[in-house]
Parts: sequence; structure tokens; C-alpha cells
Amino acid sequence: MREIVIISGKGGAGKTSVTGAFAHLAENAILCDLDVDAPDLHLLLDPEHRAENEFWSGFEAVIDQDVCTGCGNCMEVCRFDAITETDGRYEVNPLQCEGCKVCVTLCPAEAIEFPQKHCGDWYVSSTRFGPMVHAQLYPGEENSGRLVTELKQKAREIAEEQGLDLVLCDGAPGIGCPVISSMAGTDLAVAVTEPTPSGLHDLKRVAELCEGFRTKVAVLVNKWDINPAMTGEIEDYCRSRGYTLVGRFPHDRAVVDAMLERKVITEYDDGPLAETLKQAWADVAALAKSIKK
Amino acid sequence: MIYAVASGKGGTGKTTTCSSLAAIWDVPVTLVDLDVEEPNLHLFLKPDLDDIEKAYIEVPVADEDKCTSCGACRDICQFKAITVMAGTLLVFPEMCHGCGGCLAVCPEDALSPGKRELGEICRGTADGHPFVMGRLRVGEAMSPPLMRRIRREFPGMSEKGDILIDAPPGVSCPAIAAVTDADCIVLVTEPTPFGFHDFKLAWEAFKPLGKPMGAVVNRADLGDTSVREFCSANDIPVWAEIPYSREIAEAYSRGDVISKAIAPLEETFAGLRDNMRAVAQKGANHA
Repeated sequence: MREIVIISGKGGAGKTSVTGAFAHLAENAILCDLDVDAPDLHLLLDPEHRAENEFWSGFEAVIDQDVCTGCGNCMEVCRFDAITETDGRYEVNPLQCEGCKVCVTLCPAEAIEFPQKHCGDWYVSSTRFGPMVHAQLYPGEENSGRLVTELKQKAREIAEEQGLDLVLCDGAPGIGCPVISSMAGTDLAVAVTEPTPSGLHDLKRVAELCEGFRTKVAVLVNKWDINPAMTGEIEDYCRSRGYTLVGRFPHDRAVVDAMLERKVITEYDDGPLAETLKQAWADVAALAKSIKK
Repeated sequence: MIYAVASGKGGTGKTTTCSSLAAIWDVPVTLVDLDVEEPNLHLFLKPDLDDIEKAYIEVPVADEDKCTSCGACRDICQFKAITVMAGTLLVFPEMCHGCGGCLAVCPEDALSPGKRELGEICRGTADGHPFVMGRLRVGEAMSPPLMRRIRREFPGMSEKGDILIDAPPGVSCPAIAAVTDADCIVLVTEPTPFGFHDFKLAWEAFKPLGKPMGAVVNRADLGDTSVREFCSANDIPVWAEIPYSREIAEAYSRGDVISKAIAPLEETFAGLRDNMRAVAQKGANHA
């Protein structure tokens, strides 16, 4: 079994549009949306939920006002600026609370409760391109890394059960917690970038992260014709680092037009963009297969 | 006043908007990039970053001679950063959230504060305005602690004028942390299905904060009308519309600030700035 994650560093570079097309072109794959914070792949794939699960993770401190003596110890020990005081009344701001239990443990009046949090939901679904595992984290929640790890685990289990040989994942932007979690066990990271100062800057950082995990990196340059000189600079950089270039896509309104019809590009269009995507997928699939375990 | 430029979906134009506003802000302002995972504002405003300071989080260091392996530190740790194996305490510093709980409960005084590098805080000047950005160390999972370091400087910055924040994408903890201190939130979106979906998520995430919000519709002539219909149904003012044009995309790709590079846009961003200022002022008068 092979695992491929589509990433970008910079948001909006085209991860999900590329993942959608690859999902269409891939055979024998399970799809997985690891952007649990702002997932979009479901908008293209219209998944039908087969199983819904609650994601419970972490805890939050809640002060029982009937027991609180107003000593202020909790505010003093909290390192996350999560406790506020108004006229002697202490309260926990759930958006700032890290769930560390320090205030709970050190409260002399034992006035702080510590319930577990329901942070989101995750789904096992079926789509026209095969099974899909995806989630929605509730707004403001943390632990997105744990949810990513759970989703990948579930995807591997289903792949194993159904004899699928590929886990194809849409990743999150950035280089933080969810992206780091999505790297574990991944054979190949496909980084989608664009020829802009942000595109190159963010590609360098996310590719450095992949190198830290010894994950092989392949790069796609989206909207390459917006700035051919910058595209050249990105491609030179990739060659110098040993990243495989798997294609450059022109700036094309068909990407948005396909999205409006809730289709992936290769379903919507059979022009040069779709052809480039098909070639890129063939290269990515071959590259993933060639990686020695 | 503190203004945050946010979005649910990445790549909708937060940095474009923030840099364009910075270039035409007509009163003293500190420019702050809180998208510490992928900070981009400096690529457009080109500040001279002359002060780069490493930022750390406190993590425990165990003294084997004093440790009796009682497990009190392991029991309080909610992040699996401490374990006891075969009578030996093991600390996993990269899992630590820096809450200080283990140090507080250790009965033997066997833990002392050490540190893990979070990244850097870079300071400088852009167009005469103070500029501050966080840059997360590649491999560091937690962005909120680095953001918190910078946010703690907001009271001092506020004394000198406004603060304009470039926020990270998404709606989870880093995005919320970036807008929590703001007097006004600008949500940048694009009228595509992805843009609209993530715009709704962001609006729902930020609404409980009770702060005035308005929308910027970027690439306004792409896609469909769903963003505008949603805004009008939910009384979200649309403060600016930026047209889709190849000229704008090319200017951005060269690292230009579009409110300066493309003449008609200066007025668009001036209108946005005036709208932001008016609602923030109104909010302050109510408070």
C-alpha cells in the first residue's frame, strides 16, 4: 500500500482541485481529506456518509461558581491567558484554554471541573471515485493533529479490508500540527505551488518539513504562465533540491467552472489542462510505486 | 484600534489585502504577520528586518538523581510529554505545551525549566511603519505559543497607533487566536464553492467573539453569487470587491502591492480602510 499527500504550504494554490482530479484518475484508491479545519474535497466528490463518528479529544477547565472562593490562584498559574476576572468572578475562556489541567489540580477549593470535549465529527463515506474518509473539526478547536492521525489510521484499515493499494490524501495548508501529522507514514508528498513570492517561500518551508520526515517530494506549478520567470526559478530550486517536477499547469478558468458544477477538472474538461493533469498523475503514480519501503 | 484580516480558505487574498491596506494606512500603525507557519506579508512590504529574536517555550528537564519516579508529573501531563518506563522518567519535549504543571506538582524538585525553540520573532520597519512577524521553526507543530508571544506586545503597540494583523487561514485554534484581540475582523473570500464554504465556516467561528465583521470579495467576477446572497441574508457588509484580472495576478506574482501598482485599486482599499475604521470606532463607543 502507498500513501500520497497533496500539500502546498500556501493556501489556495490548488491542492483540492488537483486532489479531486487525481481521485478521478487513480484506480483502487481510498480518498482522505486531512484538511480537517477547512475541508473542501467533499464539495467536489459529494460523499454519501456510511458511518458518522464523534471526535472527542482533550479537556477544558470549567469553574463552578458555587464552589469558587475567588482566590485567583487559577489565573496566576494559567500560562495561556485563559482565565479572566471581572468583579471578583473568575471564568475560563474556552477558546484560550489549552486543557492542561494545571488550574484544576492546583485549585485549593477544588472548584474547577474538567470535562472532555467533543471537538468534531468524522465520516466514512462512499463517492463516485471510491471510499472516502473525512471530518469537520468544530471552529476554534485544537487537536487537529490527533484527528488527522485518526483519519489516516481509519483510511489504512479500510484500504487493508477492501484490498485497495493507495491512500490519496488532501492535506492542510501551512506547516503546523495537522501537516506534521499528515506526514507520518506518507511515501510521497505532492506539493502544489504557484509562481508568486508567497508560493516559492511557502514551498521551501513545507518541502523542508518533508525532508525532515524523509518523505519524497514532487512539485506541481499551478498557473505557471502568470509569471514564467518565477516558474523557472521554482523549477530550478526543485532540481537543486532533488524534488521531482511533475508538471506545470496554465492559469485556466476551467478550474473554477468545474468547481461550480461540482466536478473535478478531468471530468469537466478534455483540453490541455486535463491532459497535463493526466500526465502528472501518471508520473506521480509511477513515482509512488517506485519508492522502496 | 486592532484590525485582523482573516479568511477560512487560504489563498483568497489575505496578504494582498493586508499589504494593500498597509500601503495606504494614513495614521500610525504596527503591521503584524501572525500567519507564523507561512508568513508572507514581508515578501510584499519588504521591511528591513533588523531585529530577529528566537522565541522559546518552557519544557521540563529531569534531574535523574532527584527523581523518585513517583509519576506525579506523568499523571498531570495531558499531552503525553512525560512517561515513566522501567523506573526511569522520559521527557518528550516536542509534545510539551509548556503549561508548567509537571514543575508545579513534582514533590522532589526534580524538574527544572528548559526550553524548546518555537521559531523567531522578526522586527523591522516597512514604509516607516513598525513591522513584526512570527516565523515558526520548520518541524515545530504548535503555532499558538509563538503567536501568544507577539499578542502580548499588543498593549504596547496600541499606545503608538493602530495594529493591522495578517491572520493564518482556517478556523481552528491559530485562526481564532489571531483575531481574538481585534476590534474589527475583515474576512477575505472569493465567490467560488470552496471560497464560500470556508467563508461560512469562518463567519460561524468568529461570530461568537461578538466583533464587527465585514467581507472583502476577491476575484469578484469569478464564480457565482452565493457569497453575496449569504452576506445580504446575514447582514454582513461587503466592504470591497476586487475584480478578477490577469493584471492583478501578475502584479502579485512580481511581489507588488496592488493598491499602489494598480491605480483604481487605491480607492477600493481606501474605502475598505474607512469602513473598517468606522465600525471599529462605533464598537469602541458602544463599549
